[in-house]
Amino acid sequence: MLNYLLRRVLYAIPILLGVNLLTFALFFMVNTPDDMARIHLGAKHVTPEAITRWKTEHGYDKPLFLNDQAPGPGAVTDTLFVEKSLKLFALDFGPADDGRDIAREIKTRMWPSLAIALPTFLVGLLAYLSFALLLVFFRGTALDTAGVVLCVALMSVSGLFYVIGGQYLMGKLWHWFPISGYQPGLEAWKFLLMPVLVSLVAGIGDSARFYRALFVEEIGKDYVRTARAKGLSELRVLFRHVLGNAMIPILTGVVVVIPRLFLGSLIIESFFGIPGLGSYTIDAIQAQDFAIVRSMVFLGSVLYIVGLVLTDLSYTLVDPRVRLE
Amino acid sequence: MSMKPVLLWSDMLILVLLALVVAGVWLLRHNETFRAPLRQVLARPLGAATALVLGVYVAIGLLDSVHYVERLPDGPQGEAQYSGEVLSALDALLTPLRERVEKTYSAPFATHLYAKETLTGPDGRQVRDYPRLVHGGAHLADTDQEFWGDVLLRGGLGALGGVIAWLLCFPLWKNRPAGRPFALTLLVTLVVLGLLVALAPHYHVLGTDKVGQDVLYLSLKSVRTGLLIGTLTTLVVLPLAIGLGIAAGYFGGRVDDLIQYLYTTLNSIPGVLLIAAAVLVVQVQIETHPDLFATAAARTDVRLLALCAILGLTGWTGLARLLRAEALKLRELEFVQAARAFGVTRARILARHLLPNVMHLVLISLVIDFSGLVLAEAVLSYVGVGVDPAMISFGNMINGARLELAREPVVWWQLAAAFLFMFVLVLAANLFADTVRDALDPRGSRP
Repeated sequence: MLNYLLRRVLYAIPILLGVNLLTFALFFMVNTPDDMARIHLGAKHVTPEAITRWKTEHGYDKPLFLNDQAPGPGAVTDTLFVEKSLKLFALDFGPADDGRDIAREIKTRMWPSLAIALPTFLVGLLAYLSFALLLVFFRGTALDTAGVVLCVALMSVSGLFYVIGGQYLMGKLWHWFPISGYQPGLEAWKFLLMPVLVSLVAGIGDSARFYRALFVEEIGKDYVRTARAKGLSELRVLFRHVLGNAMIPILTGVVVVIPRLFLGSLIIESFFGIPGLGSYTIDAIQAQDFAIVRSMVFLGSVLYIVGLVLTDLSYTLVDPRVRLE
Repeated sequence: MSMKPVLLWSDMLILVLLALVVAGVWLLRHNETFRAPLRQVLARPLGAATALVLGVYVAIGLLDSVHYVERLPDGPQGEAQYSGEVLSALDALLTPLRERVEKTYSAPFATHLYAKETLTGPDGRQVRDYPRLVHGGAHLADTDQEFWGDVLLRGGLGALGGVIAWLLCFPLWKNRPAGRPFALTLLVTLVVLGLLVALAPHYHVLGTDKVGQDVLYLSLKSVRTGLLIGTLTTLVVLPLAIGLGIAAGYFGGRVDDLIQYLYTTLNSIPGVLLIAAAVLVVQVQIETHPDLFATAAARTDVRLLALCAILGLTGWTGLARLLRAEALKLRELEFVQAARAFGVTRARILARHLLPNVMHLVLISLVIDFSGLVLAEAVLSYVGVGVDPAMISFGNMINGARLELAREPVVWWQLAAAFLFMFVLVLAANLFADTVRDALDPRGSRP
């Protein structure tokens, strides 16, 4: 077990290094710091001095990989790659291009993100699985067909429609919730409920259909027939045996995303004005703040790799045949 | 008025894609393993019906891909001058819709503007009232009296035309097995077409947007953008996914390790963020080199192609992983072993024995990805990393109209039109994908 974890951590290093190199290439070699300075200064104020000043202020005034001005080991360490990219490995995100500390922003903004993402995830998983099992329970009947048609129709609707429609109906027409905004503390639920509801509805088509397909494939197998032959009720067969055996493919899709719940949802948060990490990222994209985008890419990759490890660990929980060596 | 054809980069790629499809169909026209599933797709009720709907969209998209610039009066030295505005065959066809621009918002079928203005009455007095539209329903003398009669008459004639066209088409599908859903879809399509032909020249059927453009025109123009994103992306995905996926599975060892590393790395970056990062870079490049693009259309076109390339470069991993697993399985099967024992070259084994046996997976995944890409365009354009803001697309239509729901009375038609056009396209694509999967993949309920 420990061996396995150690190997996974070692394996993560080249991947994260690759991610780093990729973003570094995008943001420093294709787009030089000069380009960035030009964008941030705006067309009017572009003079060579202004660009140099901007680069000094934001710490972009070093060479990319090799600094022949610096003495000794500084030739390799006193460079943009080490300063801006490798430091991410120590989760040292540095300041954003607007000067604020990225790490502090992440710490304060992850809570609203979690407050939306976690309930959406948990309730969603429960609801989608139950709905899919319900369809399987009524498989072959008109109810099943209607359910599948509904799923296909729901997944053909643009996600933006759910957000805009939800805001219009629940916010403007029925006055159930404020249309957007956020307030920390106990009052937060008023602002959180609508985004959660909207995300739940938006996800149901895809997920329920996927789970239904899994269950239908599972239900043709021998063990199901055996279970029925033993005289177990259909509900028990579905919820204990079929669900249990379909757990591996379900976990494959589900566990990976758990660590990423911190990062929140870009679309939902920015539409509902939730000050979480998702809207932070969107704002950064729109303001072309590359420091934040770089940090979030790195953080996302780290969380993804954690998710992969968690997925493997979760397999051992639901299937005793799986051993991590 | 004379004109000069313009070939945008995306038009060129569409031609390439079209040529590939036509050549493929031509080469495989006698190939039974290719024809059987195709026939099966079209024989299924939903397959034929959705293929028809997709066909209508593709026709709109293709019409919109024949570009030209109009010739202006010659310059002082007699040299030829061309308009900077790139038009398409669809624009030419929809000239009445394109040119009949109102002042601002007006509701579908409205005869008056959405907002009140100060008007000078016939007696010289100033009144606050809704002004008449310049074009919508302009042929009516008395809007209150004549409106319904006129709409019903024109609409009835249009619908009648649609039904007649449907009856004329009857011999075409009488003996086909596709059956009722296809007939019904054809009827609905033709009636809608008839209604639009009869009504759209006289009214703004779907209303007008903030700057008074006809929303129906905008929706039709958006179709090309959506289709392009859904199809051109595959031009990038295909070689990467097929080449790398099969190579990883067949060769194994170091090659496999390297390719797996590559797609794990790409996968580990949150999708939207990677796309956003790449699009930002492209955006900066375009902004810092404005001299590279002759017309605004050329600039938006390059931006669209860049978006497709980025979506393709980040989107090949799923299919590659699928193909790797399949190649891993296939290389141990007897026919591949036999080929190897006979001394068939590696390239030939890959091309003749592996590739044809994974093609069904490729096709299925392409059709499934298509709808996802159309939906992604809207979201990405909303985030600000989609197509150029000046380009007409579903995403930009939604983006431009979403704040107007806060108005009183609500401006809903632009959103509704964009969502409706997208919904029909994506629903047809999803259902078509289902039929393709059922026809090509005998295992059935593959997730």
